[in-house]
Amino acid sequence: MSTRMFGEPVARREDPRLLTGRGRFLDDLGRDALAAAFVRSPHAHARILDIDVTGALDVDGLVAIYTFEDLPDQVGAPLPVLLPHPALTHGRTARPLARDVVRHVGEPVAMVVAADRYLAEDAAGLIRVEYERLPAVVGIENAEAARDLVHDDVPGNVGAVLLQENGDAAAAIDAAPHVLEFRLAIERSASTPLEGRGVCARWDADDGSLRVYTSTQASTSVRAAIAARLDLPAGKVEVVAPDVGGGFGVKIVHPWPEEVLVPWAARLLGREVKWAEDRREHFVAAAHERGQLHDVRVGFDGAGRVLGLDVRIRHDHGAYTPYGIVIPIVTSTQLLGPYKIGAYRAEVVSLYTNTLIVTPYRGAGRPQGVFCMERTMDRIAGHLGLDRGEVRAANFIQPDEFPYDQGLTFQDGRPLIYDSGDYPGLLRKVRDLIGWDGFGALRAEAAARGRRIGVGLGCYVEGTGVGPYEGGHVEIDSAGRVHVSTGLTSQGQGHQTVFAQIAATELGVPIADVHVTTGDTRRFGYAVGTFASRAAVMSGNAIALACRKVRAKALRIAAEALEADPSDLEITEGEVHVRGDRSASVPLRTVAVLSNPLRYAFDEQTAAATQFAVGGSPSEPPVAAGDEPGLEGRDYYSPVRSTFAAGAHAAIVEVDPDTAEVRVLRYAVVHDCGRLINPMVVEGQIHGGVAQGIGGALYERMVYDASGQLLNASFMDFLMPYATEVPHIETDHLETPSPLNPLGVKGAGEAGVIPVSAVIASAVEDAEGLRVDAMPLSPDELFDLRRRAEHDPALRTRAVNGP
Amino acid sequence: MTEETFEIELTVNGVRRTARAPARRLLSDLLRHGLGLTGTHVGCEHGVCGCCTVLLDGEPVRSCLMFAVTASGHEVTTVEGLAAPDGEMSPVQRAFQECHGLQCGFCTPGFLCTVTALLRDTPRPTDDEILEGISGNLCRCTGYQNIRRSVRRASELIAADPASGGPPAGEAGEGGR
Repeated sequence: MSTRMFGEPVARREDPRLLTGRGRFLDDLGRDALAAAFVRSPHAHARILDIDVTGALDVDGLVAIYTFEDLPDQVGAPLPVLLPHPALTHGRTARPLARDVVRHVGEPVAMVVAADRYLAEDAAGLIRVEYERLPAVVGIENAEAARDLVHDDVPGNVGAVLLQENGDAAAAIDAAPHVLEFRLAIERSASTPLEGRGVCARWDADDGSLRVYTSTQASTSVRAAIAARLDLPAGKVEVVAPDVGGGFGVKIVHPWPEEVLVPWAARLLGREVKWAEDRREHFVAAAHERGQLHDVRVGFDGAGRVLGLDVRIRHDHGAYTPYGIVIPIVTSTQLLGPYKIGAYRAEVVSLYTNTLIVTPYRGAGRPQGVFCMERTMDRIAGHLGLDRGEVRAANFIQPDEFPYDQGLTFQDGRPLIYDSGDYPGLLRKVRDLIGWDGFGALRAEAAARGRRIGVGLGCYVEGTGVGPYEGGHVEIDSAGRVHVSTGLTSQGQGHQTVFAQIAATELGVPIADVHVTTGDTRRFGYAVGTFASRAAVMSGNAIALACRKVRAKALRIAAEALEADPSDLEITEGEVHVRGDRSASVPLRTVAVLSNPLRYAFDEQTAAATQFAVGGSPSEPPVAAGDEPGLEGRDYYSPVRSTFAAGAHAAIVEVDPDTAEVRVLRYAVVHDCGRLINPMVVEGQIHGGVAQGIGGALYERMVYDASGQLLNASFMDFLMPYATEVPHIETDHLETPSPLNPLGVKGAGEAGVIPVSAVIASAVEDAEGLRVDAMPLSPDELFDLRRRAEHDPALRTRAVNGP
Repeated sequence: MTEETFEIELTVNGVRRTARAPARRLLSDLLRHGLGLTGTHVGCEHGVCGCCTVLLDGEPVRSCLMFAVTASGHEVTTVEGLAAPDGEMSPVQRAFQECHGLQCGFCTPGFLCTVTALLRDTPRPTDDEILEGISGNLCRCTGYQNIRRSVRRASELIAADPASGGPPAGEAGEGGR
C-alpha cells in the first residue's frame, strides 16, 4: 500500500465503530450516573417572584434541587462574554440559573438531580415557580422600536453598533449612473444536530480531580472555564469531547449553564452526574442563527460594475450575547464576496430580543451576507437587462490581483486580505455544469408545456482557517504505532482519517499504524476549537509540522544506526532506508527504542536501548544537550491571517403553478478549498452543507409568536429536510492552493451552505418573474407574492433577467 | 412513592434478556440504559427523526415511541446485532462505509436498521423505492446523497452474496447466514 495518502479518497477510519454501535456519544457514557433535569422558564420575559420546591421533595430517587440561591458566587455569576469587541458596548450574559428575571423561554431556573432522568423530570415538573410577566420584545423591528426593553440597562435594546467602511460609499452611490434601494430579510434557523448538547462529570475526591465529558466543539476552552468557575487548577480538570453527533456551530458556545452546573453538582454530591439535552430543550435552550434585515443602497455603471454599496444590517442576537457579535461582523465583511465593489459602508445594529441566543450556525453570518450581495447582483442585472453571470464577471477580483486587500477588518481582527483564488474560473465551471447558456430555450420549452422552471446562481468567498493557532503532537512508540493528537474537536468531519492521511504522508508510514485523538485535554491541552472551517488548515498544518520534527529526529537517529547521512535517508512503509535502496533499513519502532536511552529493559526490543547495549561516546551524555528522549514532536500552526476559500453554485428549480411548491431539479457546486486532503470527505461536507442550505431556503424557520413562545419547537413542526427534499448535488472542484500554509489547504466545512438561499431565490425569481426578497420561501408566501404581484408591478421582474 | 415495575423478557440480537422496568420506560431507554446497548440513539423522542429505529420481529419500529413492556415476548435487533457473529460487517454496513454514507454517525444506526429491512423486502429497489424507503429518517450531516448511494451499493453486495443480506433473525441469531 502506498503511503502517499494526501489527496486520496481514503475510507474513513472512524466508520467501523460508528457502523456497529460502538460509537460513544455523550449519553452513552455514565451508565450509573445521577441524572440532571432543568426547570426552564415558560415565559419570554418575566420576573421570578417565588420558587416552591415542596411538591418535588417526595419524589422517590430525588437527590438535590438547586436554584440560584444555592450557587456559590463564582458558579452563579453571569457567564462570560466569550468574544469581547469594542463595538459590543452593551454585552449581557445570563447566569447559569436565573436570579431575578428570565429573558427567554427555556432559560434555566432550577436544576434537579435524581436517580434517573424520568425521576428528575418528575421532580422538575413539581417545582412551582411564580412569575410576574413582563412585556416581551420579539422581532427586529420591535426591538429597534424599543417600546419595551430586554435589559433595563441597555437603552434602545442596542447591544452593538459596528461600522465597516472603505471609501465614501454615499458619495460614490450619489455619483453613480444607476442607483437601487431595497430591503432583504432572512429568518432564523438553527444548527439542529441530531445529538443535542450534554455533559457528564465525575469528581475524584481521592486526588481532587474532575473529568468532564461534554458534547462540545471546544474542549480546552470548556476546561479553562470550568477550572475558573470551580476554582480548580486546569491540571486537575480533564475535558473530553466523546463522539459528537453533529455540531454545525451550536456546540462552539461555552460554557453552557449546564457545563458549569453539572460538574459543580458532581463535586458537591461526590457522584457522577449527567445531563443529556432533549429535543425540546435544544430548540428553546441551545442557540439559533441567521435572522437579519438588510437595507441596501447600491450605485453602479452601465456594465453592472458596482461603484458604491451601503448596507444597513439589523441583527437579532436574542436575549444575551455570550458569543459577541461575530455573526454580523462576518456578514458585514464576507458580504463583499469575490467582488471589488468600489466604496463600501456597512452599519451593523445588533439588537436584543426576548428570544433564544443567536450564535454561529454553519456559515456563521455568511449566508446572510451572500444573500445580500447576490440578490444585489441579480437586481443590477435585472435593472440593466444584462445576463446575471456577466454582471458578476464584471465585478470579480481577477486571478492576478491576489493577495487582494478588501480594506476591512475580518472577524479575527486581521486585515481582510484574500490569499488566492480564481473566481472567473469558478463561474465558468458552474455555468458549464448547470448548462447556463442554453437555459433560456429550456425555460421557454417548459413554459410552453405549462411548467415553470428557473435557473439561479450564487458566488461566495469564505474566510476559513482563522487563528489564533492549533497544535499537533506526534509520537511513534516502540511497537511502531503513530499516535497523533490535536486539541480541536470532531463532530463527524472525518478528522481521524484526514489527519491520519497527513501524518502517513509526512512520515512515510502505513495509515493503519496512525491513531488520531482529538478534543481530549488529557492528550493535548492547548487548542482553540472547531469552527470557521478551520480544522484542516489549523490542526492539519500543525500535525504536518509536528510530523516533520519527528521525521527529522527519526532520520538523525537512524542515520547513526545505518552509518549514513540523514539527508540520504527516506522513510517508506515505516522503515528508514537510504533513498532508493531498501537493502538496509531500520523500522521506526526500532528508531523509537533507540530514541529513548534505557536503564531497564522490559522486552527483547528494549534491551537494545539499555546502557550496556548502546554504543556512543563515553564522554557525551546519553541524551545530548538540547535533545529529548522519545520519538515524538509537538508543533503549532499560527497563521498571520485567514485563508479564503470560494465557490459558485447554480440550481434549476421548478415551481408548481397551482400550489407554489418549489422543487429543486438540479443543484451544481464548484468549490475551491485549496488542496484537497480527502476528496470524498470534502464532497460529503458539501452535500451536507447544501442540504442545510436547502432547509434554510425553503423549509426551516423559528416561528416565535408575539409573546415570545417558539411555536414550532419539535421535529414535527420545524421542517428539517428529509431525503425527499434534497436534490442530487453535482460537484466539481478547482484547486488554488493557499500560499499561507505548508499544506496549501483552505478548509471546506461550511462552504456548502453559504450561497444556497441566494441561489434558490435567484432561481425562483427566474422561474416566476417575481421579486424574491426574503428567505425562507414557503409555498404560502410564494402564493401570496403571486397574488400581490397581480396588483403591484414593482414585485415583477419578468423579461429582464435570465441568460 | 416507589414506582411499580414489571418483568420484561425479550430477545435482543438473538440473546434472551430479562429486565424489570416501570411501565413508562421507553424501549429505547431500556435498550440503552437498562441493557447497555447504546448503539441505538435517541434524536427527538417524538418519533420523527428515526435515529432510534430498531427491528421488532424484523420490522423497523421507533423504539422511542414504544414502551419497553410492550416489547416483552418479542425479538429486537439493534445495530449491535447487524454484523455477523464473527464481527464481519453486514453488506449494508460495508456499503455505508464504502460510499461515505455517514459523517457524525448519530443517525446511522437508525438508517442501518431501516435499510436492512428495506433490502430484505425489496432486494433490488429502484431509485424511487430507495428514496421512499429512507424518507422517514433524518440526517443532518450527509445531505442523503451518499446514503442513497450506500443503499444501491448494499443491494449490489447482497445480490453478489445473497446469504449475507438479512438481519440475524431467530433466537440463536444464526438466521440469514
